[in-house]
Amino acid sequence: MNPFFEAIYEVQEATLMASRAFRRALSKPRYVREIITQMDLIGVGSILIIVLTGAFTGGILALNTIPTLKTFGATAKTGELVMTSLVREMGPVLASLMLAGRVGSAIAAELGSMVVSEQVDAMRALGTDPIKKLVWPRMLALMVMCPALTLLADMVGSVGGWAVSSSLLGVPSSVYIRSAKDALTYTDIIGGLLKPLVFGFIIAVVACRAGLRTHGGTVGVGRSTTQSVVLSDILILASDFFLQKLIQAFTSS
Amino acid sequence: MSEQTHGAIEFHDVTMAYDHRVILDQVSFTVNPGETKIVMGGSGTGKSTILKLVLGLIKPQGGRILIDGDDVTRMTEAELTTARRKIGMVFQDGALFDSLSVYENVGFRLFEQGVAEAEIEDAVRRMLRFVNLEQTMEMMPSELSGGMRRRVGIARALVGSPKLILFDEPTAGLDPPTARTILELAMKLRDLEGVSSIFVTHRMEDIKLLASTFATIGEVGDVEFRSEEGNLCLVNTRFIMLKQGKVIFQGTDEELWISQDPYIKDFFKV
Repeated sequence: MNPFFEAIYEVQEATLMASRAFRRALSKPRYVREIITQMDLIGVGSILIIVLTGAFTGGILALNTIPTLKTFGATAKTGELVMTSLVREMGPVLASLMLAGRVGSAIAAELGSMVVSEQVDAMRALGTDPIKKLVWPRMLALMVMCPALTLLADMVGSVGGWAVSSSLLGVPSSVYIRSAKDALTYTDIIGGLLKPLVFGFIIAVVACRAGLRTHGGTVGVGRSTTQSVVLSDILILASDFFLQKLIQAFTSS
Repeated sequence: MSEQTHGAIEFHDVTMAYDHRVILDQVSFTVNPGETKIVMGGSGTGKSTILKLVLGLIKPQGGRILIDGDDVTRMTEAELTTARRKIGMVFQDGALFDSLSVYENVGFRLFEQGVAEAEIEDAVRRMLRFVNLEQTMEMMPSELSGGMRRRVGIARALVGSPKLILFDEPTAGLDPPTARTILELAMKLRDLEGVSSIFVTHRMEDIKLLASTFATIGEVGDVEFRSEEGNLCLVNTRFIMLKQGKVIFQGTDEELWISQDPYIKDFFKV
């Protein structure tokens, strides 16, 4: 198939898979145990890398911006700069990119291995819908856990920014905290949670589709894993731009 | 006398192609109730495709496939899910779920249907006893040998007592005693349980044994395997030979051995 039509076909199949997952979500069996297991694996399992990502991102934001702010005598604005950057952009995007790498690749590899070892066919042969049993729990878990982990990254990042500002660059804690508190608006917070919700959905759809379309044995599993991470990362960055435009359009009116 | 007028499985002019490559070309055959149909042919001749078509895992480009008189090619995914409960499938390497124990694998179908735990345990024990693997109940698939995995796969396919079993080269790559154990299970299902089946293989040993031996209950109530002797036809097994997606032979083993088709003669040449 020519690459253009193949891309169109993949978009169609991914859309159908996602719509089937949503449509069948409410019918029995509901696979509550699978959903909780996935939330644990995706959410709790990713806490460490998200904490590290958030802490270092907050710290590096402070480290990079304070010299510039000093030039204008505006170091009191450090908290504002760190918080708005984190909540609007860095938190959602970096947490999602980390999840695409850690979770998306694992999902694509797991489902891909199940496909090549005929486990998915076996599941269908035993009268179970793989979209409902495999795709939906992962999709829901990512759509819940991605915003939750982003919130954690934002919180840890603000602490990281404060630690660097106060200990290394001499910005008083009270100044940093007041500036950070004043900076955030409800729009920032809602936008900062809407983005990871969409990013979580993107990671899940891309990873599940990459896994389920795997062919060509173990080499195919490796290919699917790579495709899943690369495509998720690109789509996260591209959709971030359009989501930001959308948020700005709503908030400016 | 049975009032059933249709076969357990009927293929009517089924055509299947992948990317312009024809895998099955107007294939027609019938598997009668209680019959084992052995499907033979070289690699890539569409043997496994036939099994996937029966299960509705893939749809043909043309033709009709009837299971107990119902056309699976026209069913929705939800209807197929129900229809598949009547069918058991034994995959080539077992296709056991790696993350589930043997107990959870064998009872998978019942867990999904929300059957009570005690009933599931009873059914799983019974099936594992049937394949002589009751001791593996708490083990994980990674702890099993290749032959054990396939026998667990057979036990999983038998849960729910399906009247139709599909075997996809279940003896490929196994040592002779383990392969014989699996063939004996297939014979027990055919002769004692009245199960219809499609058995895909290209192993000469499988073909000869399934065509010449039958299972029966001995004098002390145990299962015995006896050889068919003389011309008396006791074995409910017929054959199909595929070549480049076409059926080139259908019939009994006696007809198969005397076939003058060059491809068949070459296939059985040692």
